[in-house]
Amino acid sequence: MADVRYSEEHEWIRVEGDTGTIGITQYAQEQLGDVVFVEVPAAGRKVAKGEAVAVVESVKAASDIYAPVSGEVIEANAALADTPGDVNTEPMGKGWFFKVKMSDKGDLAGLMDEAAYAAFVKSLG
Amino acid sequence: MASSQDRSQGRTGGIVSGGTAEAATYTGNRALQIEEPLIFEMGQPGRCGVDLPEPPRVKDRLNGLRRTGDIGLPGLSEPQVVQHYTRLSQKNYAIDMGVYPLGSCTMKHNPRINEKVARLPGIGDLHPLQPVSTVQGALELIDRLAHWLKTLTGMPAVAMSPAAGAHGEMCGMMAIAAALKARGERAQRKTVLAPESAHGTNPATAAAIGFTVKPIPANDRGRVDLTALKAALGPDVAAIMLTNPNTCGLFESEIVEIAQAVHAAGAYFYCDGANFNAIAGRVRPGDLGVDCMHINLHKTFSTPHGGGGPGAGPVVLSAALAPYAPYPWIVKDGATWRVAEDESKVEGTPLGRLKAFHGQMGMFTRALAYIMSHGADGLKQASEDAVLSANYVMAALKDTMSPAFDGPCMHEALFDDSFLKDTGVSTLDFAKAMIDEGYHPMTMYFPLVVHGAMLIEPTESVAKEDLDQFIGALRSLAARAKTGTAAEAFKAAPLYAPRRRLDETLAARKPILRWKPSNNPPETDPVKQAAE
Repeated sequence: MADVRYSEEHEWIRVEGDTGTIGITQYAQEQLGDVVFVEVPAAGRKVAKGEAVAVVESVKAASDIYAPVSGEVIEANAALADTPGDVNTEPMGKGWFFKVKMSDKGDLAGLMDEAAYAAFVKSLG
Repeated sequence: MASSQDRSQGRTGGIVSGGTAEAATYTGNRALQIEEPLIFEMGQPGRCGVDLPEPPRVKDRLNGLRRTGDIGLPGLSEPQVVQHYTRLSQKNYAIDMGVYPLGSCTMKHNPRINEKVARLPGIGDLHPLQPVSTVQGALELIDRLAHWLKTLTGMPAVAMSPAAGAHGEMCGMMAIAAALKARGERAQRKTVLAPESAHGTNPATAAAIGFTVKPIPANDRGRVDLTALKAALGPDVAAIMLTNPNTCGLFESEIVEIAQAVHAAGAYFYCDGANFNAIAGRVRPGDLGVDCMHINLHKTFSTPHGGGGPGAGPVVLSAALAPYAPYPWIVKDGATWRVAEDESKVEGTPLGRLKAFHGQMGMFTRALAYIMSHGADGLKQASEDAVLSANYVMAALKDTMSPAFDGPCMHEALFDDSFLKDTGVSTLDFAKAMIDEGYHPMTMYFPLVVHGAMLIEPTESVAKEDLDQFIGALRSLAARAKTGTAAEAFKAAPLYAPRRRLDETLAARKPILRWKPSNNPPETDPVKQAAE
């Protein structure tokens, strides 16, 4: 079963081998409100952990999405250009942002598991 | 937006009064609230405001490029056009109509004397290409405004030409980049620090000039976290961009220490002057260690808000940045004013031109009229009254709504949405309900660092009794929301506006920016529709 990790910036990453699929969490989409535009990084782009690599825009705000791990983008979710609402309806499914071939799986060590993330969200009130 | 659909919704009622829908009128109008179609949906082909004689036949020289199709302009008589636009203007809400508490925007009164002065023939009828000998007074006017701006900010130089706040930011950041280049450090200093609560234009400007932006967190008092700032400063930092008072409506009380730390690290201090209206006449940014700051003339000195322009955003500069001020410079030789427009005529290494001609003369005139009609004491009082008004609002609402930070504020009162917790009412619903009370909503969801932010800037222009009514309306709305049973009613707001709740999500996801016959099919007969 795939391992899902979470960042304090409310991104999730689903790890399969050395590939990570990245999106934003249920909590993040609730906070943003209706998502109206998503800009995803192009395949082939090298990204560094913590770098702002995507943009999500809702009726309330525009926010940067940070790469939770370093690596190379191998695929972006092009469908989000036409259906940004997928981020609201299926943040961890059809609403994924991009896939990264990780350069260092050690990056995952600083991320939270589901229980830790749930506790983190709870602590935010 | 599908306007025809919205209109039919308006026509079939939806006005709830005492729980029952009122009967729709024959016209769809509600008294003076006229249902106004788009101008493209009006008129008759071939109708025209003026009758022109048939033009004589001439041989065209368009080489086969002659238009063959219809260009699709509506055919309307002059009274139809006048009535259409007058009715549209009456649907507008404006500072000349009432309280307009849009935080961060400073919707203050534009004194009419500004307009009168700007329309004097000797000022209003000038042309920028007139011989300089015929516009000596205009050049003196620019210089006198420059003098006031330098005096009020305590800065030695000012670039008058930038066309707006963001343009001023660009001017200031270009001056910083030029100064770094002169020091041989442009390549090494790539980072610009900006607080998380910064106006969006700050990081955008820094990025546009080629810097990388690094956000600085706020502390729990809503101010810049000095420790985090000091940790971020280093040999790679070009500048900090900081607004004071900040976007939370709070004075950055550690600003002198911030400036010292920034300078000690070899970086420059860009101050966003968007909120200068809260401190003008009381605080001189030059005394705080600022290197450059733009001044939004419309916010501080009551020139009209842009609405597409023209605006003006002069930038005051410290001695370190003054040599890079862009052209033109207004210079006095003996008794004669001239416009210095090339490098050989001035000392320094100017950036070049940022804007055609001399800057926005109409705004300069209005700003100077405001400054001179107020005087130094009046400007100080305007700032004090703006701060007093905001604190009056804050004090009157803090037990009912939830202030984002403790303590007094500057010119804006900022609330978060914790008072709406578990009521089912959101900041958006609350703002929409304000429309029914006859107010333009406050700024909402900005600054982003405050959850469900509601930012109220009453300005110095509102009379106490009007502020009291505004406060009463907000208290009443907050009390209704807190009953816990009003969520549905709030979600339905506004009830009494020309349009009910618009679908902002659809408008953002699938914007229709241009009317085309295809996206607005001809309407069904309005009479039939009203009868349905």
